Amino acid sequence: MRIVDRRLNPSGKSFSNRQRFLRRVKDTVERAVREASRERAIEDLENAQEVVVPVDGAREPLFRHTDGDRRDFILPGNREYVEGDLIDRPEGAGGGGGKKPGFGEGQDDAFKFVLSREEFLNIFLDDLELPDFAKRGIVDTQKLGVRRAGYSMSGAPANLSLGRTMRMSLARRIAMRRPQQNAIENLEREHAAAGEDSAHRLEEALVFALNRRRNIPFLDPVDLRYRRFERFPKPVAQAVMFCLMDVSGSMTEHMKDLAKRFFLLLHVFLTRRYQRVELVFIRHTDEAQEVDEETFFRSAETGGTVVSSALVEMARIVGERFDPANWNIYGAQASDGDNMLSDNARTRHLLEDAILPFCQYFAYLEVAHPNAIEAASLAHFGGSTLWNAYAPLPQTQRNFQMRRVARRDHIYPVFRDLFQRRPESAVEGSR
Amino acid sequence: MITDGLLFEGKDWTFETLQEIHDAVEGVARKELGLNTFPNQIEIITAEQMLDAYSSTGMPLLYRHWSFGKRFVQYEGVYRLGLQSLAYEIVINADPCISYVMEENSAVMQALVIAHAAFGHNHFFKNNYQFRQWTDAAGILDYLAYAKKYIAACEERYGEAEVERLLDAAHALMPQGIDRYPRRRPPSLVEEERRARERMEESERSFNDLWRTVPRPAKSGEKAIDHQRALLRLPQENLIYFFEKSAPKLQPWQREILRIVRLLAQYFYPQQQTKVMNEGCATYCHYRIMNTLHETGRIGPGSFLEFLQSHTNAIRQPTAHDPAYAGINPYALGFDMMCDIARIVTNPTDEDRIWFPEIAGTGDEMAVLRDIWENYRDDSFIAQFLSPHLIRKWRMFHIVDEENAPKLRVGAIHNERGYRDLRRSLAAEYEVGRGAADIQVVEVDLAGSRRLVLHHRVIAGKILEVADAALVLRNIAALWGYDVVLEEVDAVTNEVLKAHMASPET
Repeated sequence: MRIVDRRLNPSGKSFSNRQRFLRRVKDTVERAVREASRERAIEDLENAQEVVVPVDGAREPLFRHTDGDRRDFILPGNREYVEGDLIDRPEGAGGGGGKKPGFGEGQDDAFKFVLSREEFLNIFLDDLELPDFAKRGIVDTQKLGVRRAGYSMSGAPANLSLGRTMRMSLARRIAMRRPQQNAIENLEREHAAAGEDSAHRLEEALVFALNRRRNIPFLDPVDLRYRRFERFPKPVAQAVMFCLMDVSGSMTEHMKDLAKRFFLLLHVFLTRRYQRVELVFIRHTDEAQEVDEETFFRSAETGGTVVSSALVEMARIVGERFDPANWNIYGAQASDGDNMLSDNARTRHLLEDAILPFCQYFAYLEVAHPNAIEAASLAHFGGSTLWNAYAPLPQTQRNFQMRRVARRDHIYPVFRDLFQRRPESAVEGSR
Repeated sequence: MITDGLLFEGKDWTFETLQEIHDAVEGVARKELGLNTFPNQIEIITAEQMLDAYSSTGMPLLYRHWSFGKRFVQYEGVYRLGLQSLAYEIVINADPCISYVMEENSAVMQALVIAHAAFGHNHFFKNNYQFRQWTDAAGILDYLAYAKKYIAACEERYGEAEVERLLDAAHALMPQGIDRYPRRRPPSLVEEERRARERMEESERSFNDLWRTVPRPAKSGEKAIDHQRALLRLPQENLIYFFEKSAPKLQPWQREILRIVRLLAQYFYPQQQTKVMNEGCATYCHYRIMNTLHETGRIGPGSFLEFLQSHTNAIRQPTAHDPAYAGINPYALGFDMMCDIARIVTNPTDEDRIWFPEIAGTGDEMAVLRDIWENYRDDSFIAQFLSPHLIRKWRMFHIVDEENAPKLRVGAIHNERGYRDLRRSLAAEYEVGRGAADIQVVEVDLAGSRRLVLHHRVIAGKILEVADAALVLRNIAALWGYDVVLEEVDAVTNEVLKAHMASPET
């Protein structure tokens, strides 16, 4: 007999089958995921999701019999029947007469399964892509990094690798049979104690050893090893996302919820594109302030609305902490559109001249009451003050987009709309 | 046995324990039960690997297909919710016989599993005529490895979608992709010569010049069709085989994949036919072995109680009135029948002597059981060996559900008048042809439209489910490449009850 321990075999053997299955039921799963993202609390969005797939998507047809004219059942556990008894048909399958379950159990109803976080987000953010100009930011090769690249025979003394050098030296000394210190001491001791006859021979050996020791140095220049470094183009794998929100009294809980959902989507999306994503929350009334997330979403302030204050704050923070050469900078601004009239021109100039040049992407989301009109372009019939101020920007600035959202379930479509993979989606449309 | 004393104490086991258990079990199995098995290979796996094995129909390596992923997702859901625990073992009919055992099993469970799978099932696989006829235990693992590699290569070369479509179609036909009788081998040259010689001798012997003068009817046209039917081997009940050999539009790689699916279906065919016997054999073996080990002091009383608990769970048979009833448990029926046969052989009643004159009182129950395990399958086994004693013990009854009758009728109960009817009807439930629809290729219009005609032989009005039949037929049309008609023909009256049609998508 042989015993084989398979426990250490690579797990996930059915992974690719699972992938195939998901692809098979892709439409259904996608629909389920969209539903889920609509219904669920924001915090859950990144956790594993249960998805119900109707069996139609994964049907395996076979030739099956119908019941036919006559069915026979042989059953155990007769209680009171005798031959020829007539029994009422049981109602439902669990009746006393013992109706057998038919073919294809488990074929009839939809079954649930849990998507892993990775699978969920893959489907959730499927066919979304960073805009082209923003993408360049990730792979921009301006910045060079330095990394270790083995050892070299030459280099600056500061880079001398002692351990490696000593190892080389030891190897050389052993190879060339350099007499060790204690070997010589032994010889000397023997020589001192030796009688007439062997003294001569021992002295010769001692001289030979001492000469050899002198001729073969302890450390030779060929032993030296230096740590080698090389330069390589370093992708900027970090991003910072600025969340700007108006928290004046006119922003209702509903509006904040919309904004929060949008910020969250953007964060999830960026997290998948960059190794590291920092978040900066800036709230503003008539003056702006950097706060933590909790305060950002929870607290309400009173006061007027001066949007430019937030942009100034953002520019300041960028200047202090986020060098555009090292960071991909994203901005998302949510507001109900109110702004002091006198501030509009300043806001637009700030955005155009100070903020947009260092931003990868800046999105303005105007949140409205649930029953408000929602249209991509309000310009035709006059939008809010801020909307009107920003309206000309998308035509001239590639990295600026604006949208208006009133209902919770429209956040996701709007988000998709912003990050739709453009060229490919055109191809798909023509298929 | 070299050492006596307990094989293990407590729940924990090591590889040495497993080896000792195996040796002890082997001793009992060979000496007391006279089992003849393939060499064993025991593989320890985790729960996740068990789920993997479940979803690929128990095989350790199988080609990739979404349906296995679907099964995995289903089992995983059930397992996660705790509705069902996993099986303790899976055994594969191969040489050496591979038993997968879960790492979570306690020591006594490992003993049970080794006795059950590595000896009970193993003996059955090696000796039952169905397995000997249809499966090649030595080659199966190599073949699976080949199949996996081949299909993966096809996916790379022709695209996953293309291969998936083909596999979908082949899977839909799996129940109809089985040879129920060995196919006639083409005669060898020697055989051919011998037959030609015999034919000549016979014609010389029976030569009569008068035959020359008898006028012959001219039927050359019919002959051509007959010839065609012979070439296509029609009628053909193995649909996958038919498409593999005769579908005009398939590429060679597609034929090879059809062949892989067909051979797999054929490999599982004996297992479907011997569910009751196979489990009965394994359960009876583990029960005898564990008892002997206990009696000889190798298994302690506590462990033995644990064994008894799992054993009784496995052979539990709720009655038909019980809400938990879900059909007859093959473990229960198989085990009870094996025990009953052992009783008849060693300690028969007068009734048994009348019903089973060949085996009653012959004394050596293992010889009788081994012979049964070798030479029967479920339906013949039940038809032959279900005893009145067992029918009474199970209090079996027969309910007839006729479509146009207002009520269900009790056809027979466990009394003198009912025994034969019950035995016959229960055996009929396990008949091979009962589950899978009997569908045959009967005609191909080779001269004209290449339309393919299939017949479904309808027994007792059991026609096909329309929706599913339409889907499968679409698959068939895709394989065949031209129009396909499926006629449902009553097996008794030869009347066409219904026809389905499908054309290949262009």
